[in-house]
Amino acid sequence: MEYKDYYKVMGVERDATQDEIKRAYRKLARKYHPDVSKAADAEARFKEVGEAYEVLKDPEKRAAYDQLGANWKAGQEFNAPPGWDAGFEFSGGGFDSDAGAYSDFFESLFGQFRAGGQGGYSGPGPRGSLHARGGDHHARVLIDLEDAMHGVTRSIKLQVPEVDARGHVTTRERVLNVRIPKGVKQGQHIRLAGQGSPGLGKGKPGDLYLEIEFNPHSIYRVDGRDVYLDVPVTPWEAALGAAIKVPTPAGTVDMKIKPGLANGSKLRLKGRGLPAGSSGNKPGDLYVVLQITLPPAATDKAKEIYRNMQQELDFNPRTRLGV
Amino acid sequence: MVQQKTGILNGIVLEDEVVMTLHELCDVCAVHAGFIAELVDEGVLEPAGVENSQWCFTGVSLHRVRTAKRLHQDLGVNLAGVALALELLDEVRLLRARLDRMAES
Repeated sequence: MEYKDYYKVMGVERDATQDEIKRAYRKLARKYHPDVSKAADAEARFKEVGEAYEVLKDPEKRAAYDQLGANWKAGQEFNAPPGWDAGFEFSGGGFDSDAGAYSDFFESLFGQFRAGGQGGYSGPGPRGSLHARGGDHHARVLIDLEDAMHGVTRSIKLQVPEVDARGHVTTRERVLNVRIPKGVKQGQHIRLAGQGSPGLGKGKPGDLYLEIEFNPHSIYRVDGRDVYLDVPVTPWEAALGAAIKVPTPAGTVDMKIKPGLANGSKLRLKGRGLPAGSSGNKPGDLYVVLQITLPPAATDKAKEIYRNMQQELDFNPRTRLGV
Repeated sequence: MVQQKTGILNGIVLEDEVVMTLHELCDVCAVHAGFIAELVDEGVLEPAGVENSQWCFTGVSLHRVRTAKRLHQDLGVNLAGVALALELLDEVRLLRARLDRMAES
């Protein structure tokens, strides 16, 4: 087990006042709160800071922790010395957060004073009562655009922290096969009733929530149910109009381009985006964004054509700049 | 580590399919009705129905209440602050998505 330097985690000196510790905690909690921060390690950092504060905010726990000595380095191999907490009185209870949120290091020092709890950061459920609803679990599922077109079955592995009779936390792996329905959108949640933590006593089990996230696609961009696609066209197609082939998530279609369209013009293919969801809402649209692409002047023939245009066309693209 | 397998589970899409009463929302989010009523007062939640007993919440509310609860508990933000934070977080999400799209093209 590794020693944790709670003062370093909080970024305060060992002789910091309780007020300084509280201020440091508030600042770090805002910075790393998983609802606020997009950093990949935000949740881990938030838990780490919460654990450090749990110890340092409580003068009894802080004194006991300090008594381990100042010579330990973060990450150093650590075993709680026998009888390390002799002479310290803990008021008991008073854990704000939940089991599974704390490190082995914390558990070895303070775990025996726990009253029992649930997994996940700030999972719900009244504590102390005999019957309580189990905690909810959250997981994120990455799917492809194609999966949302047709629906897909995904295997989801969950690490479930469990508290045994002696208050130790172990991890159990659960594998769930979940059908992701056709027409889900980025950021939507799928609720699997009763797949969270078991309830206490006669309490109902919690639910499992899956947040849908799309893998970036090589050619499509997704906005809600609408899909955007950049389509390169030649200058003569844009100028004269044309019929071109365009890929859509449901297969290739023929599209007419009117003459005289500018670069960046958006053309809508109604209903060709993501399909309607389960409640019968409308399917999304596909927006084709024209990208006028110039042929390279790589051959003598091409250079001659460009030179002809230069001589024959009276065209100044910079009139709006006044030059 | 023990592995446990199950058959294929069918979930429901929260945002599209779920409609909840005040009581159900309280139960699922493990909050008091007063907390929900305050969020309605702040305009964070907009249930259908005039009186508390007739309130109907969509699935989106569930996510909002849970986030509100975490911000309130973990950061000590009052509910007016929570309402502001939720609005700003929504805006940040939109802007980030737009930025990603621009970075791609």
